[in-house]
Amino acid sequence: MSVLKIDSIYMQFGGLTAVSNFNLELKEGELVGLIGPNGAGKTTIFNMLTGIYKPTKGRVYFYDREINGLGVDRITSLGIARTFQNIRLFSNLSVLDNVKVGTHVHIKSPIWKAIMHWPSYLKEEDSIDEQAMELLKVVHLDKLKDHLAGSLPYGEQRRLEIARALATNPKLLLLDEPAAGMNPQESRDLMKFILDIQDKFKLTIVLIEHDMKVVMGICKRIMVIDYGETIAEGKPLEIQHNPEVIKAYLGVEAATNYA
Amino acid sequence: MISKKMRNNNKLNCLVILLVIIFVTIAERSFDAYVIRILNLCAIYIILGVSLNLINGFTGQFSLGHAGFMAIGAYASALLYMSPQIKEVNYFITPLIMPFRVIETSFFVSLIFAGLVAALVGFLVGAPCLRLKGDYLAIVTFGFAEIIRVVFNNLQSVTNGPLGLKGLPIYTNLWWTWGIAILTVLVVKNIVNSSYGRALKSIRENESAAEAMGVNLFFHKSLAFTVGAFFAGLGGALLGSLVMTIDPNTFSFLLTFQLIVIVIVGGLGSITGTIIAASAIAVLMELLRAVEAPMNIFGLHVPGIPGMRMLIFAILLMTVVLFFKQGIMGNKEWSWEGLFKIIFPKQRDIKEGD
Repeated sequence: MSVLKIDSIYMQFGGLTAVSNFNLELKEGELVGLIGPNGAGKTTIFNMLTGIYKPTKGRVYFYDREINGLGVDRITSLGIARTFQNIRLFSNLSVLDNVKVGTHVHIKSPIWKAIMHWPSYLKEEDSIDEQAMELLKVVHLDKLKDHLAGSLPYGEQRRLEIARALATNPKLLLLDEPAAGMNPQESRDLMKFILDIQDKFKLTIVLIEHDMKVVMGICKRIMVIDYGETIAEGKPLEIQHNPEVIKAYLGVEAATNYA
Repeated sequence: MISKKMRNNNKLNCLVILLVIIFVTIAERSFDAYVIRILNLCAIYIILGVSLNLINGFTGQFSLGHAGFMAIGAYASALLYMSPQIKEVNYFITPLIMPFRVIETSFFVSLIFAGLVAALVGFLVGAPCLRLKGDYLAIVTFGFAEIIRVVFNNLQSVTNGPLGLKGLPIYTNLWWTWGIAILTVLVVKNIVNSSYGRALKSIRENESAAEAMGVNLFFHKSLAFTVGAFFAGLGGALLGSLVMTIDPNTFSFLLTFQLIVIVIVGGLGSITGTIIAASAIAVLMELLRAVEAPMNIFGLHVPGIPGMRMLIFAILLMTVVLFFKQGIMGNKEWSWEGLFKIIFPKQRDIKEGD
């Protein structure tokens, strides 16, 4: 069974076609890279998968269940989590609380039990606390749990955002430029970190990234998008030598020279 | 363990409640009517401020509709607890509509009714406002409060219009006001510290990220509005029975403004701050009556200016906004742990060494 099946989706904003005829099928445990020049429509695809935009045309299936048209929070509860290109943490909440918000989607106690400090609620709160601390240990932020999320350095904010996404207990994780703004050493650490969490949480991952070292290093399959159209798909090596891709990134001249 | 900490705190909180009960018993017996009235107002301001803080401070939905919810609570309860005789005296132009004309219930039942009606309206107002943010939400909720005021002015067969209701029986006493104030603080505190409260705060911090993390915006915003309106309704009901006379213009924007001052001075997102600010303003409102009286300054005679108190509150608000951007408490809370850290600083060191 495929984790995600995207069946020819289109996204139009007025006269502008941001994404056209995008297809993708993901098997369990895959790590697929999504690359393309700025404005190609990569984040738009993420926004369609998570329910922020409803595709103008086409269907999205998550474990054979149609999800287009569902609310953003509903899709998260089914098991798709994401991070944002521009970090969107809850800056004035503690690091620990940021992660705990992610677990809220699976809370079982109704609100009145929480208000009355019902024993079953307190037990659940304990398990939320434990779960959040475990996740913080995975991203090496457990020592900073009481700091405000907004006060963390950039790289740690990126890791916290991933921990928060993991707290929703996803099966599919969408990472939107996790290496943006990182130095080479940090990017290398990030590559290892992504592979680690994929293994540990049995995740299927889609990765948008401009840092080619990261993409080529960890993705087994890469899709290249330009002006909303899929221009190439394949293994990293194939993509690197694909004239269409070179044209999209470096221009026609470079492509002919290279060939 | 969080649950253990919560249980320990519950014991200490019970102790505080016991102290309040003892204080109220003494106050009821020995304080004069004037002081008791101020204490009643203190508690009512706490109820209103804390419930407004749930919407404005914790959920970040800047609402200016609190006076509207209070009006609904005050009228809904008065319609139940007034005796048929008083109703007949009040509604001498347009008779009251039928079921209410003959009903008389206990104060307790009327309070619950007031809370539930206000909560229902809070839900109905909150639901369509979900798409609005910031200034737009403020304008719509402000408009809602004004609509309530205008409707109540014209709905003579229910509210007696601009004549208002006079001679309401006084049921409000320190037991009711402080009892409900404690209830409000406990409920709001428990919501805010729960998983639901974290979801509310996440909406305040970043709505789109909260939604992407699975927080149902509709449910949680409605939750804040409904609970906030419920307690605003209770506060309005208590206020009505305390001042004995209500008319739609009692619940004007000035009342909401006072509550906004309380919440902002106390600190958006701090229950402790709201309690301090509410008590301070209830007391100041009385102390500052002196300002409105005629006085002589350096031989210059100044006639009494009604409304001077509000000017001072406006200055107070500006001072706080300029010098304490976060209010007196910011989003910090008074806590038992914090208190122990102050009293037993050495013990903390030992614990950290473990």
